[in-house]
Amino acid sequence: MADRAMFRIWRGDASGGKHQDYTTPVDEGMVVLDAVHRIQARQAPDMAVRWNCKAGKCGSCSAEINGVPKLMCMTRLSDLNLDMPVILEPMHAFPSIRDLVTDVSWNFRVKKTIKKFRPRAPDAPDGTWRMQQADVERVQEFRKCIECFLCQDVCHVLREHHKHDEFIGPRFLVYAAALEMHPLDVEDRVTDLKDKHSIGYCNITTCCRQVCPEFITITENAIIPLKERVVDRYFDPLKQLLNIL
Amino acid sequence: MTEYRSYPYDVLVIGAGGAGLRAAIEAAATGVKVGVVCKSLLGKAHTVMAEGGVAAALANVDDRDNWRVHFADTMRGGQYLNNWRMAELHAKEAPDRVRELEAWGALFDRTKDGRILQRNFGGHRYPRLAHVGDRTGLEMIRTLQDHGIHSGMEVHMECTVLSLLLDGGRVAGAFGYDREKGHFMMWPAKAVVLATGGIGRAFKITSNSWEYTGDGDALAYRAGAELLDMEFVQFHPTGMVWPISVRGILVTEGVRGEGGVLRNSDGKRFMFDDIPDLYKEQTADTEDEGWRYTMGDKNARRPPELLTRDHVARCINREVKAGRGTPHGGVFLDIAWIKKHIKNAPEHIKRKLPSMYHQFKELAGIDITKEAMEVGPTTHYMMGGIRVDGDSQMSTVPGLFAAGEVAAGLHGANRLGGNSLSDLLVFGQRAGRFAAEFAKQNGAAAIDEAQAEAAAAASLAPFEHGAAGENPYQIQYDLQDSMQDLVGIVRMEDEMQRALGAIDALRTRAARVGIGGNRQYNNGWHTAMDLDNMLLVSEAITRAALLRKESRGAQFREDYPGKDPEWGKYNIVARRGADGEMLVEKRAIQPMPGELKAVIEEMK
Repeated sequence: MADRAMFRIWRGDASGGKHQDYTTPVDEGMVVLDAVHRIQARQAPDMAVRWNCKAGKCGSCSAEINGVPKLMCMTRLSDLNLDMPVILEPMHAFPSIRDLVTDVSWNFRVKKTIKKFRPRAPDAPDGTWRMQQADVERVQEFRKCIECFLCQDVCHVLREHHKHDEFIGPRFLVYAAALEMHPLDVEDRVTDLKDKHSIGYCNITTCCRQVCPEFITITENAIIPLKERVVDRYFDPLKQLLNIL
Repeated sequence: MTEYRSYPYDVLVIGAGGAGLRAAIEAAATGVKVGVVCKSLLGKAHTVMAEGGVAAALANVDDRDNWRVHFADTMRGGQYLNNWRMAELHAKEAPDRVRELEAWGALFDRTKDGRILQRNFGGHRYPRLAHVGDRTGLEMIRTLQDHGIHSGMEVHMECTVLSLLLDGGRVAGAFGYDREKGHFMMWPAKAVVLATGGIGRAFKITSNSWEYTGDGDALAYRAGAELLDMEFVQFHPTGMVWPISVRGILVTEGVRGEGGVLRNSDGKRFMFDDIPDLYKEQTADTEDEGWRYTMGDKNARRPPELLTRDHVARCINREVKAGRGTPHGGVFLDIAWIKKHIKNAPEHIKRKLPSMYHQFKELAGIDITKEAMEVGPTTHYMMGGIRVDGDSQMSTVPGLFAAGEVAAGLHGANRLGGNSLSDLLVFGQRAGRFAAEFAKQNGAAAIDEAQAEAAAAASLAPFEHGAAGENPYQIQYDLQDSMQDLVGIVRMEDEMQRALGAIDALRTRAARVGIGGNRQYNNGWHTAMDLDNMLLVSEAITRAALLRKESRGAQFREDYPGKDPEWGKYNIVARRGADGEMLVEKRAIQPMPGELKAVIEEMK
């Protein structure tokens, strides 16, 4: 591996900005976030970067590395071509705050619009429930989500069409799926998914699933089953026929 | 005149990890107005990193378990320096706090009959840790977060508190800034709950994120509260050691709970060589007995890899120093070996330890179902912190409460794995309840603008010094080097005296810290403002460690290698003296009531 690498990092804020080049020594085993920290400590102390756990568990350091939405802490330099400058940019689907940091507060507002968990009455007299591991596992996949919002960033409905006011994005379709498929939940979110959250905008291109750092099968396991529930209730031709009759 | 926005609350919670969120939920449920201030985005706090599980005597897997066994295990693990009232409440209330999470949507792994599954962990006599694979913390924080956002609390994300405001002796709120714009903020409050977590960033090798700079300890200390047990810093035995850039990242104790074993470079399971007297009765004699315990044989005793963290960390340290370490200066942690006993071992490992599999695969290029991991001790947890009342969690400052890692007492000289997640639920709930009660009983406190002015002025000094001043990152690195080398796993009088000198010198440099740019999301400025807190807790750790002239729990003194029964009667308290100097003194432990003593005797 090369012992130096160049990083072309977007510096700026909501009013605009430009790429700036930084060359830094690199060592075996380093990830992109390590290089960014080294640049920050030695060359650009005021550079804005958001991070926490540095182990792929908190989902804070989302950015675009050579144009691909990724976690900086889980992207090893040895997997990148260091003969070329490594291009680092903030996520494009959200407003810029500064440098690599974007304003993701929209996501937190969207979550509040989804009806909360409502369990059935407890199964046992001591107020507890009984669930089988197999039933739990289906939902545990969705609950692996670390809310990095990379799936939101890559989703063309948000990224290109800016439908933030109408569409909740893959992250919150996964969230809704986790609630809808929760073995204990008795709430109904199907109407909201169709009318309020515009699940129909998703045309299952699987871009979100491909960037998920937790390898959640977003499209196939979460979104398509939800679409099926919407279709069953509102677009079933047999039911429509019966309604007319 | 400093400009700031003001957000008044009945109860202000500082920190949004498990303890902070649990406190906020409880306070909001009583109908008071609750604000939460957190340094990062919601749901990113350190609780998210917790892996192995939450300890609660549910007795779902072994019906011999109950609060009395859990209480005795916690006290034994803490070498009897624990606040016994907290240990009692914790053991009694943890099961309800865990079941409550299930009612809020948490999905723990299940037993065959559909109840919450529990796993083995170090120092716990029976399988006691409710878990979700090895991402229990994520499940817990997400459950609390998703429940909390519908409870009426208001959340101020990416804001840091610079100072607590006081009205006479009583807390009156907090003053700080938001990261995004660098604007100053004031949160007047009738009661304040500190839930800021730990101090790990004061050390070089740590499993902790940038947030863990001892803010809560320092804020409380400056407000007149007492700090307790600061000498007890937990070094988790198993952090990653390679590659260098991921050094310190946690490898869950769950690996050992699922049958993982520690070996040195000779291939020897060295943990069998050194079993402390306190645990002889409970520890397996042979490798075979250890494996049977892992598989749930109720007649088998636990393998020595599941001894307490302080002890395992020291054994690893000893092997490495004796030249029996791995190429990168750790020891081997092997889970792949269970293929000798289990069919489909790789699938089993991936199901039980998915994030460990992922972490080693992605960051170190190691497949843990085939190869051993290299691991070594990493700074993980602060047993010490703010001294609180065991029932209410109120500090010695009226209206100021603390819960979770930032509070001291429950864990004594060493924390058992899994007792942190239950700690934050039990005492988060209590702190929220009692803070709300305090707020209802006491009217609004008076705000002294001068206190806010002083905090604002101090925070802006780095801009006056400008980019030519001392580099904040470098000061932090130098402090981390000093603490790691001089006040680490093995401690000595002269080394710690040198650490005090180093802290003094760094404080002088920190006074000249400078930064360029503006106040908008300026990481250098944020680091500069964290330095005072880190220096303060480092001094408290070092002074307390110097005063305790014995080895007990997490503190190992090479110059006083034995446990001294006389020291077993005292905690150490640090507080600010009249002239601003740090006073560190012995404080006698309150005698334990007869019925709790009887529990400990019975469980011996």
